[in-house]
Amino acid sequence: MAGIVGYGAYIPRNRIKSEEIARQWGKDPQAISRGLLLDEKSVPGLDEDTITISVAAGLGAVERAGIDPSVIGALYIGSESHPYAVKPSGTIVSEALGITPEVHVADFEFACKAGTEAMFVALGLVESGRVEYAMGIGADTSQGAPNDALEFSASAGGAAYLFGKENLLVEVLDTYSYTTDTPDFWRREGEFYPRHGGRFTGEPAYFKHVLSASRAILDRSGYKASDFRHAIFHMPNGKFPLSAGKQLGFTKEQLEVGWLVPTMGNTYSGSSPTGLAAVLDIAEPDDLILITSFGSGAGSDSFILRATDLLPQRVERAATVKSMLEGPRRYLTYGQYAKFREKIILND
Amino acid sequence: MPSPRYWRERANRFRLEAARCKGCDRVTYPARTICPSCRGTDLETLNLSRKGKVVTSTVVHVGPSEFTMEAPYAMAVVETPEGGRLMVQVVDCEPSDVQPGLEVSLEFRLIRREGHSGILCYGHKGVPVG
Ligand SMILES: [Zn+2]
Repeated sequence: MAGIVGYGAYIPRNRIKSEEIARQWGKDPQAISRGLLLDEKSVPGLDEDTITISVAAGLGAVERAGIDPSVIGALYIGSESHPYAVKPSGTIVSEALGITPEVHVADFEFACKAGTEAMFVALGLVESGRVEYAMGIGADTSQGAPNDALEFSASAGGAAYLFGKENLLVEVLDTYSYTTDTPDFWRREGEFYPRHGGRFTGEPAYFKHVLSASRAILDRSGYKASDFRHAIFHMPNGKFPLSAGKQLGFTKEQLEVGWLVPTMGNTYSGSSPTGLAAVLDIAEPDDLILITSFGSGAGSDSFILRATDLLPQRVERAATVKSMLEGPRRYLTYGQYAKFREKIILND
Repeated sequence: MPSPRYWRERANRFRLEAARCKGCDRVTYPARTICPSCRGTDLETLNLSRKGKVVTSTVVHVGPSEFTMEAPYAMAVVETPEGGRLMVQVVDCEPSDVQPGLEVSLEFRLIRREGHSGILCYGHKGVPVG
């Protein structure tokens, strides 16, 4: 059986509070924290991007696996903020991780679902026997337009998953994907900020895909919500994942460990993968875990996972998600944030 | 055109590749082919661990034009446990807090951009531990 042999996550140290963004635009801070359940979000430094986040998360995955990185046969990075339009992030990441040159590399893109997409393909290649080890990473440094609702959520971070067949930390019991054409959110080539399609964003996009994928994988596998210790649903804001989980029959206790969005924000391709990393940091042997991502456009990937005896022994080899969320932080003013996100135009 | 030197040096910039002299044990970073201590030529490659201690530091208030957005910033000589020494920016903290003895982790970061449309250059920077 194939499964996860290593994992790692990374969240930048810079933060901005929702009330600081609300103050800038004359909005009611209470409405944001109560309505969207967002308190603060991570912000990438001027020197942090999808490539640097992927390297940091990937190093954690290699450490926890305890393997020589040069045996990794495939590396896929899912992001909607790859630093280059042409030149794969994976080329630089595989060089930095010591994986090159015998490796198959590609960058994936599917709005917020690109991370689980990369994981899905990496897992499939290992299961087929085509490669011995494969890594899938989800990472983003996404931007919302100034004074747009997305500005309160769009944040930075990511997680890396290394798949193999021996010394599993987590078994992958089943996977399922559900995709349709839905115009809920997009960014045309050359545009700086994304657009979202108002009434398309909730019911016909997020809920339809997340609920359909989760119900289908539960039906197919024969498990029910109460069999799981933890469940993670993509976190575009605080409310949606809690509502999706409740509709599927999950309790607050099953959702809370992976529900990072109130203090991390929405890390897009890194969102549900980082939620999963937070769960693996504390999971016990035999815990069953459900993760369902969502990417606008739109689609969802679901995975049913089971922790092994080895998992708790490997957690301490790399930084935990909690240590990064609650560790040293730097709170930015809106002015500093605008500078960090390069919303300020300078002369040459 | 991308800097040929940056590309040539990617093993030591990206993976902190250094050399250890088999004759006298001295570690040099970046890797060399002749040991600066004993002039031996029998060297082995090792990757420095991604952590170290600040040996000396300074704060740059007026940097090269590519670093305008980052000034003021701290530059430091950091020594790793293997004895390799490298000059790096120390970030994610107040520049004045970067003093000799400070423990840092060495993280992979964007160092500079070659103009508006050129390549992105990556390498390591120090980040205070804890
Ligand atoms: Zn020597």
